[in-house]
Amino acid sequence: MASPLEQFEIKPIIPIEIGGVDVSFTNSSLWMTIAVVVAGGTLAIAAGRGAMVPGRLQTVAELFYEFIAGLIKETIGAQGRKYFPIIFTVFAFVLTGNLLGMIPYSFTFTSHIIVTFAMAIVIFIAVTVLGFVKHGMHFFTFFVPPGTPLVMYPLMIPIEILSYLSRPISLAVRLFANMMAGHILLKVIAGFVAAMGVFGILPLALVVALTGLELIIAFLQAYVFTILTCLYINDALHLH
Amino acid sequence: MDFDSAKLIAAGLAVMGVIGSGIGIGMIFSSFISAVGRNPAAADDVRAMTFIGFALVEALALFALVIAFLILFGISPGA
Repeated sequence: MASPLEQFEIKPIIPIEIGGVDVSFTNSSLWMTIAVVVAGGTLAIAAGRGAMVPGRLQTVAELFYEFIAGLIKETIGAQGRKYFPIIFTVFAFVLTGNLLGMIPYSFTFTSHIIVTFAMAIVIFIAVTVLGFVKHGMHFFTFFVPPGTPLVMYPLMIPIEILSYLSRPISLAVRLFANMMAGHILLKVIAGFVAAMGVFGILPLALVVALTGLELIIAFLQAYVFTILTCLYINDALHLH
Repeated sequence: MDFDSAKLIAAGLAVMGVIGSGIGIGMIFSSFISAVGRNPAAADDVRAMTFIGFALVEALALFALVIAFLILFGISPGA
């Protein structure tokens, strides 16, 4: 009986080694490429014509645009418009990655901590640099919540700094753990279907329900990753 | 107590952290339902915050689960 953790194994498809470093094209890279092609291709085909009165497919692309543009407008405001490309890319990449993982026999690249942590740490460093560029040394007033009495400063400031530094970790682990736990659960329950013979209909019904739940979680986690990125950008731009 | 039994007991203890998340998610959706019950017109406004709150609380449950997995599959005797 195979372990439910085997689905997360990284298998090199084209082994490449440069100077002793393994940079092979793995199944993870393959599915990332597929995600980019699917997301980019769908949007390019849907919105490529740019008709004034959109047809059905173009309306779907405009729906995504409106969704993210509305998100940015309510969290960051008018200044956020120039961050639209990166936020849309993050949303599309995470969403496509999560959804592609629901295809049987595919690989969920967002279920690896290194992938989600790479995205989270890049966003965190970019947002911190943005805060310093915009406010200079005044950025450090972010760690003092407005209205704290002077006595509380030695307690509040380390707590605030710690909670700021834990942002990339929580952002990464949230997405990774959701995807990994969901897929492990599916595999474990699906394993019962074959083992239970005729009564396997019950775990099968459960697998169907869990697949529906996993699809909802795929959308929700992409949405939460994106809106937290917007909120962090808002914190960096507007400090309080 | 040998290493494998200690691992199993530790993982079981670690995963008990999801109790708090269960209570938290229940509270979030209970207040969402009350809010929509009192003021159905506000449903769309509060729905976005409800789902964000749910995802944040669920993340804590998954932190506990990740620690449990790390204990079960990530350490070797003598570490």
